[in-house]
Amino acid sequence: MVQLTLPKNSRITKGKVWPKPEGAKNLRTFKIYRWNPDDGKNPSVDTYFVDMDTCGPMILDALIKIKNEIDPTLTFRRSCREGICGSCAMNIDGINTLACIYGMDEVKGDVKIYPLPHMPVVKDLIPDLTHFYAQHASIMPWLETKTNRPAKEWKQSIEDRKKLDGLYECVMCASCSTSCPSYWWNGDRYLGPAALLHAYRWLIDSRDEATGERLDDLEDPFKLYRCHTIMNCAKTCPKGLNPAKAIASIKKMMVERHV
Amino acid sequence: MAFLTDRKRAEGMGATGTGTDHFWSMTKSSVALLILVPVFIFTVGPVIGSDYAAVVAYFSNPFPAFITALTLVVSLMHFNGGVQTLIEDYVHGLNRKILIIVMTCVSYGLAAMAVFALIRLTLQ
Repeated sequence: MVQLTLPKNSRITKGKVWPKPEGAKNLRTFKIYRWNPDDGKNPSVDTYFVDMDTCGPMILDALIKIKNEIDPTLTFRRSCREGICGSCAMNIDGINTLACIYGMDEVKGDVKIYPLPHMPVVKDLIPDLTHFYAQHASIMPWLETKTNRPAKEWKQSIEDRKKLDGLYECVMCASCSTSCPSYWWNGDRYLGPAALLHAYRWLIDSRDEATGERLDDLEDPFKLYRCHTIMNCAKTCPKGLNPAKAIASIKKMMVERHV
Repeated sequence: MAFLTDRKRAEGMGATGTGTDHFWSMTKSSVALLILVPVFIFTVGPVIGSDYAAVVAYFSNPFPAFITALTLVVSLMHFNGGVQTLIEDYVHGLNRKILIIVMTCVSYGLAAMAVFALIRLTLQ
């Protein structure tokens, strides 16, 4: 049976309340999940106060400010700071999103930050995405061809190229997959919205010649058919993509091949 | 403890080559029920509250009997497929297999009982 409660060693305790910065008038409260694999303690939620007059507008700006000025042990991933790398995906105010493009003004009251749900935690806000990346690799996210390589390039019409819009933009931040209950309960076998969106991106690429093999690899009650179109993935995607629609399109291709 | 690569864990035992059959059969039964349920309600609705003799007389006509039989059988087959999906979602390991077998027996059993009751009613 699926585990509906947290195991004892994952239950969250009350954490440290860090001192308010001196002289600051415009303070914002941040409640941030903390867990250190080395101290043997349960996770906790620490409270930080950030001076908004000297902080940038995005959640990631506040996290970097906390790390630089208040608590250097706070651990999180970040890189591009403009929604391209997908590194800073986390659960902010109950929504999986990218901290770098999520504005402070989009959160009412205290800002609550947790790692992406239902993933093993490496430390603090860093989830272990090893299996997620391996699933992405398993759908062969590259062009597969059998025809001899053309002298110049594989040609594609403008219309066929347009079919890839809304798919190629995925930055693999894992916000969608970790918002999907099917992925929570059966993530070991279900590929999840992100990997399936990428699978569809290659299925409908007019240049790809492995459509049959790709469909064969997805023909499985768990790899593909755990999606019940609840649309959490589309709702949470920080890039505004619709993985649920891509999955529905794969199912449509499967039926077309069958009937 | 097993030294498995990440890719090996992700690939698991590979694709089963099934899934679309189940998905397509659920789609077909959904469409059938979309038509059957309103027809069933409008067909059987008028005799609700009638006395036993009137109900027996009504079900001696083939149309309400066929509609009722179809609705019950298709509903229970759809129920069976739906419950299987539900079990696959939430139950793991050996319990998953046992529950799927139990619910298949329950669904087919209920369908058989419904058809038997209907035949008795119509042939009175």
